[in-house]
Amino acid sequence: MARAVTTQRKVTNTVIAWGVGLLIFFPILWTILTSFKTEAQAISDPPLFLFFDWTLENYAIVQERSDYMRFLWNSVIIAGGSTVLGLVVAVPAAWSMAFVPSRRTKDVLLWMLSTKMLPAVGVLYPIYLIFIRLGLLDTRGGLVIVIMLINLPIIVWMLYTYFREIPGEILEAARMDGAGLREEILYVLTPMAVPGIASTLLLNFILAWNEAFWTLNLTAATSAPLTAFIASYSSPEGLFYAKLSAASTMAIAPILVLGWFSQKQLVRGLTFGAVK
Amino acid sequence: MGQITLEKVTKAFGEVEVIPPLDLTIEDGEFAVFVGPSGCGKSTLLRLIAGLEDVTSGAIRIDGTDATDVPPAKRGLAMVFQSYALYPHMTVRKNIAFPMRMAGLSQDEQTRRIDQAASVLNLTDYLDRRPGQLSGGQRQRVAIGRAIVREPAAFLFDEPLSNLDAALRVGMRLEISELHKRLATTMIYVTHDQVEAMTMADKIVVLRAGNIEQVGSPLDLYRTPRNLFVAGFIGSPRMNLIEGPEAAKHDATTMGIRPEHITVSTTEGAWKGTVGVSEHLGSDTFFHVQSSIQKEPITVRAGGEVDLHYGDTVYLTPEADKIHRFDQKGLRIE
Amino acid sequence: MSTRHSRSAARLMMAPAVVLLLGWMLVPLTMTIYFSFKRYLPLRGGDLGWIGWENYVRFVTSSAFWPAIQTTLVLVGGVLLITIVVGVLLSVLLDQPMWGQGVVRILVIAPFFVMPTVSALVWKNMFMDPVNGLLAHLWKFFGAQPVEWLSDVPVFSLVLIVSWQWLPFATLILLTAIQSLDSEQLEAAEMDGASPLSRFFYITLPHLSRAITIVILIQTIFLLSIFAEIFVTTQGSFGTRTLTYLIYQRVLESQNVGLGSAGGVYAIILANIVAIFLMRIVGKNLDA
Repeated sequence: MARAVTTQRKVTNTVIAWGVGLLIFFPILWTILTSFKTEAQAISDPPLFLFFDWTLENYAIVQERSDYMRFLWNSVIIAGGSTVLGLVVAVPAAWSMAFVPSRRTKDVLLWMLSTKMLPAVGVLYPIYLIFIRLGLLDTRGGLVIVIMLINLPIIVWMLYTYFREIPGEILEAARMDGAGLREEILYVLTPMAVPGIASTLLLNFILAWNEAFWTLNLTAATSAPLTAFIASYSSPEGLFYAKLSAASTMAIAPILVLGWFSQKQLVRGLTFGAVK
Repeated sequence: MGQITLEKVTKAFGEVEVIPPLDLTIEDGEFAVFVGPSGCGKSTLLRLIAGLEDVTSGAIRIDGTDATDVPPAKRGLAMVFQSYALYPHMTVRKNIAFPMRMAGLSQDEQTRRIDQAASVLNLTDYLDRRPGQLSGGQRQRVAIGRAIVREPAAFLFDEPLSNLDAALRVGMRLEISELHKRLATTMIYVTHDQVEAMTMADKIVVLRAGNIEQVGSPLDLYRTPRNLFVAGFIGSPRMNLIEGPEAAKHDATTMGIRPEHITVSTTEGAWKGTVGVSEHLGSDTFFHVQSSIQKEPITVRAGGEVDLHYGDTVYLTPEADKIHRFDQKGLRIE
Repeated sequence: MSTRHSRSAARLMMAPAVVLLLGWMLVPLTMTIYFSFKRYLPLRGGDLGWIGWENYVRFVTSSAFWPAIQTTLVLVGGVLLITIVVGVLLSVLLDQPMWGQGVVRILVIAPFFVMPTVSALVWKNMFMDPVNGLLAHLWKFFGAQPVEWLSDVPVFSLVLIVSWQWLPFATLILLTAIQSLDSEQLEAAEMDGASPLSRFFYITLPHLSRAITIVILIQTIFLLSIFAEIFVTTQGSFGTRTLTYLIYQRVLESQNVGLGSAGGVYAIILANIVAIFLMRIVGKNLDA
């Protein structure tokens, strides 16, 4: 039972929690603020917080100079493509493991998880070599495949834990009610599974968007996504704080919004159902 | 029509045989209750009849036709599950309509039957809600509604009341009994609660470890339990089972006497004892009397307002014609 | 549904996922092991034949190896320590009744969604820059000499950046675990006369132990392969070369594939040791 708490204590909690929360959030906030400053104001001493001449020029410059849209488009294709492709492969697999479990289901699931533990750097050269041979280096298609593969275990796991929550009795009820396998999947299973599939899609889109080992090592000019675009600011352009901030804000904004929706699924997705 | 016959039905999960060869007939229109302790195979038996499990050997006949290999949907049976198994993403109306939609009934017919079921089950006001917004009792009614509209040959209930609180359970018990009277359709009902069995059944099937211990009307089982297990299982409070010299006096290994068949006196009687804990229910009082004939206390039913207290000395006399006698194997001696 | 028909259908449905992952695991792994026994320099003669265990010996005896191991351990250990300790405190704080809990939660989680290259660059330039960085301003405000973060205390700076990225993850999982604690347990302890502090140590913390273990294992696996943060900040200089980064340099920068592959095998073995423990916990959870 929740207990009534004194207002004073609640005020204290609120103040501390907001303080800590804002402190943790501050680097993001500061980046967003700086993106609206001029370069001079961005490095002014003392730093300016809110009282500066708000401007959008950095966004215009970044877009114009580095063709931001191309990187954004690459990110969307790579993250979206790998997630959708992953779902196409994972949904049937997770479905069969959840509803027609066999003695080996557990082993298969754990083995899939173990492939996620493979350190990327350990297989960097072979993948690099295969990419060269197949002409996949610096192509979006190649990255879609690799990122789909590294996230596939997470997708299967998430779906599996969601599917397992659909009680078997409901499927039996549907069968008693005269539903064949087709109707069972169409009218009962799919509507109940859609929320789980949507959460899986969301979280994996985010993970794919932020992936920064393969995207940095397997792309050059044509297929580089936003991760690589930002890395190109490493030096010396990084000293232009306002432009760096504008570019960063544009790279993280879409994901911050999606992340807000996915916060509930994050725990389940990243702990493979071990913490719910 | 809904006569259901099981012929030499067995069920094994791998090496483990949960149902040894079993024969049983449930007549059309009968209310049959499968009762027994948990793990006795009663739910498995129900699922075999439903077709949700395959029989290992033997045959199941519904109205004389062999249904052993018929898939569940085609058997013409409706089932109410323990968890109700309502479709969470559908409204009450859609839930009830689902089996009719699967059967391809016309819209008008669907609406007619839904309205009828809803008024019988007091669900009219809830038809557009989702299961998540209903109370336990209401969900139970929706599950029953979904079963009724199919107009099945028989209803199967799998411990349908076990998720309800005590007061609701009594209410739903009456409602299901009433439904049976009105529809006169065969119902098979699984429970571990002997009170449900006694109050609802036309025919009780007592199961233990997959074996049928006894089949009969509630009063048959109450009056003439075939063995010690049934004697102990049917009736509340439990029958007193007494071994040793007292039983020998009646030429039995064990004698049984129900609490309601013992007269209590403060002055004279067959067995002398001391009143231990007493349970006052208002209408009745149950005394647990410690006597010299055995270690376990003897339970006795007395009227509602008997003035006896902890530590009082009492005399107990069993009614001679209500004594049950059992032999060494625990079987009834006639 | 346990009919033979549905079983074979199930196997068919699993096949694509299993085949893909099997290929993803076996093909590159076999190649890495193959290269690790060869002298293989793509830009300087290519495949120069089998050399047995030499790469394995050379990798661990090179002067860069032990410093890299040390950096890896400090980085992983430091981040784990900070994220777990702060994460536990934060999750307890966020579990308290307050106004705007949802908003605070989002503020705390937000860093997790920032891509690694962005967070590394923002920290490197806008916070840790010794001239124009915000921390330099802060130091000057208090009259102190600004720190040259990424060259004076490079590993500590990296720990700080990576902790900021992973703190949300630890906090969120621990918060979820705390919320599953039956409040009656705490009330029972209160009735038994336990102070808030002993309630935390004797009830809350043991309840969190499983979640903490999971956080440690999962973070370790991800932290062992930290790459982008080092790539955009120090490029492995100033003693920030971790095992992962060392292997990367051997393979792609100095193009000594044989040597790098031997290092890769070491990294795979190391990750698997951690993975075994994680799998045990996850596997147990499957049975429940």
